[in-house]
Amino acid sequence: MECIRRVLAGERHLFHELIRPCERSIYFLLFSLLKNETEAEDVAQETVIKVYQNLDKFRGESQFRTWVLSIARNEGLARMRKIGNRREDSLDARTDEQTGDYTPAILTSWREIPADALEQKELGAILRAAIEGLPEIYRNVVLLRDIEEMDIRETAAALGISEASVKVRLHRARALLQRVLAPQLKGFAPAKRRWFGGRA
Amino acid sequence: MRIDCKHVWEHISAYIENDVDSVLRAEIDRHLETCEICSAVLDSTRNVVILVADDRVFELPAGFSERLHSRIDRELEESGGEKPPA
Repeated sequence: MECIRRVLAGERHLFHELIRPCERSIYFLLFSLLKNETEAEDVAQETVIKVYQNLDKFRGESQFRTWVLSIARNEGLARMRKIGNRREDSLDARTDEQTGDYTPAILTSWREIPADALEQKELGAILRAAIEGLPEIYRNVVLLRDIEEMDIRETAAALGISEASVKVRLHRARALLQRVLAPQLKGFAPAKRRWFGGRA
Repeated sequence: MRIDCKHVWEHISAYIENDVDSVLRAEIDRHLETCEICSAVLDSTRNVVILVADDRVFELPAGFSERLHSRIDRELEESGGEKPPA
């Protein structure tokens, strides 16, 4: 809040520092909505300008990043409507009521983390394709919770949904990812097996 | 109460998040001790969560930050020198 107060008091250049910790989350939330790098970057720029122009309206009732992301989401949805690519897997919360087949990939041989394999571009591409292939309502939640590592509450606030919905969507998203990724990632197991055991 | 595999799968995400009550956690743990399939499903799901969180998987486009801050600079200039936003 101190930084915001100083920006509002005239130290406007500090706005750069204020927005810097949020810019990754802004971009990936928008990319998740728009599925297009150019559009996501364009709307990210519009979002930060809107944040600047409305900074005096931030009351500190939520985290600054949450407030910024709710603006990003609204800007992203407006762009989606404008370019008419609102897809069938809409943000409609009723989708949470639907049942689906979330049977996991049954396998017993991929239990190690192929972390070293992340150096390989191919693995990154597989992971990105799997996430981008998720229905939008699940992709948003994975991006904020698992990639940007926000907590459940902040994710819910940024997306304008309940915490219960975040949990349901997260569960389904992870189940879908596991089913798609586990069989593919088996091939990336390192030569020296590194077990990821120890349940929490 | 004995829980089955499907019941475990329904709670995998909450289990990873540490968001199940102690009774259910104990039931799941007991099931996992003897069920290799569920144990592998849990580990692979957790691996997926760890892998997608790696910064190398999702990177900002090259030059994104520079372009964003240039845009902010233009806005700061255009909105005048003396008055803060509002």
